[in-house]
Amino acid sequence: MQMIESGNVAAALGVKLSRAQVIAAYPITPQTPLTEKLSEFIEAGDMSAEYIPVESEHSALAVCIASSSAGARSFTATSANGLLYMHEQIHWASGARLPIVMCVVNRGVGAPWTVWNDHQDSMSQRDTGWIQIYANDHQQIIDAVIKAYALAEEVMIPVMVCYDGYLLSHTYMPFDIPDVSLADSFLPPYKPAYCLDPGEPANLNTVTLPDVRDDINGNRAHGYFEIRHLLQQDMIASMDALERIDSRFKTVFGRGGNPFIESYRTDDAEFIAVGIGSLSYHLRDVVDNLRDEGISVGGMSIQLYRPFPYSAVAEALKGCRGIIVFEKALSYGYQGPVCSDIKSALYQHGRQNSHRPFVLNYILGLGGREIVTKDLYDALKLSCTTGPDAPDELRWIGLKI
Amino acid sequence: MGNDYRSRTSHSKSGPGDAGKTGSWRILRPVIDPGVCIPAKRGAPACYMCWLYCPDGVISRSIPPTIDYEYCKGCGICAEECPTKAITMVEESSFIKEDK
Repeated sequence: MQMIESGNVAAALGVKLSRAQVIAAYPITPQTPLTEKLSEFIEAGDMSAEYIPVESEHSALAVCIASSSAGARSFTATSANGLLYMHEQIHWASGARLPIVMCVVNRGVGAPWTVWNDHQDSMSQRDTGWIQIYANDHQQIIDAVIKAYALAEEVMIPVMVCYDGYLLSHTYMPFDIPDVSLADSFLPPYKPAYCLDPGEPANLNTVTLPDVRDDINGNRAHGYFEIRHLLQQDMIASMDALERIDSRFKTVFGRGGNPFIESYRTDDAEFIAVGIGSLSYHLRDVVDNLRDEGISVGGMSIQLYRPFPYSAVAEALKGCRGIIVFEKALSYGYQGPVCSDIKSALYQHGRQNSHRPFVLNYILGLGGREIVTKDLYDALKLSCTTGPDAPDELRWIGLKI
Repeated sequence: MGNDYRSRTSHSKSGPGDAGKTGSWRILRPVIDPGVCIPAKRGAPACYMCWLYCPDGVISRSIPPTIDYEYCKGCGICAEECPTKAITMVEESSFIKEDK
């Protein structure tokens, strides 16, 4: 069924279709309408779930960690400083291998205080052991939530579904709501590999020592090092799992097919502009304008940021002359995180092929600074006409200083 | 992958040795003087404050009470709580010398 609604409602409908059993969240702009909608569904009896009100985001995720440990499909959502307040529990959820799904409605982080969109909040959680998926529009939000549960439960790793605050969360756009029975067949009820059982008490995530040890039955138990090694192995393996799940989703619903990256007019492109989220669709307009002028340029979005789809990224970018990365996040003291990761993916490829495209990095839109199409056009056009000798330095768009 | 849940997390059953042989952490060893300890002295079940307070459950409610040094971490709470001061915390190094 087609619907015109906000991105937050698209996310809420995805959670409803996923039949999440426990929801614990604390309201924060711009995530608030998402959790309000879920509480409305539950109050109206349209959704069979426990909504557990909490006093903070730290508690919200702690509740989800507990409910997921008890075998319930669990959901939370937050933004910006709320996400940062969860930080300790974010690491805990992935270390405990709990298939929680969390929507991160992207917003800049303070100080100074801001409520507007950029990607600094979720990018700062890159190294927590969660899978991160970014949606470019409302359809991708609702679809990603459902796929996220399938993925999380298969690989036992929690998933963040990230989408732009206001630009997607509060704008209205048409999208298709997956059919309930098809969604049920795509995502059957959660059957945990293990869950708390009062009949068989156990200690979960107990202290590990620097070395392996024998458990009380005399069996060799993994230490911290082994457990973290397996998290890395499973993160890498989750790319194959996502590819399979995305392909199955496409078979059932007719959408998908680009679980790692989405390319636009890149087949013969000499230059490729890279962005994440709604910005990547904004860049498509600019690509079209430049194509009209005969400039061979394409666009690409990163759909999966962790695990980083390094092979797909290197494969997509290997043939071009230049890559221009537009980012709404920054690793202060160096460069945009996506730019660093793209360079890293290309390094191995370039070694083998004695060709590395040049990579330029633009920072824009921090704290919701307006991203003007004309500015994107000027920046991209200049980048395409600049040679590989351009200095490797950050370029800022829309800076008034 | 699901069957390997336990290898992917730190997961254990409650029981002795849940966190390994924690007695190796001990620097001070609690030693009970049966001449001062209430149940030992009276030959009757009584007091057992050490058993009650031990956070690791390594002291038995027996006559006399015994301490499982395999898992006692040497925290000293039993010595602190003993109303008759029957428990002394002794340097572990002194026992190493005895062994030699």
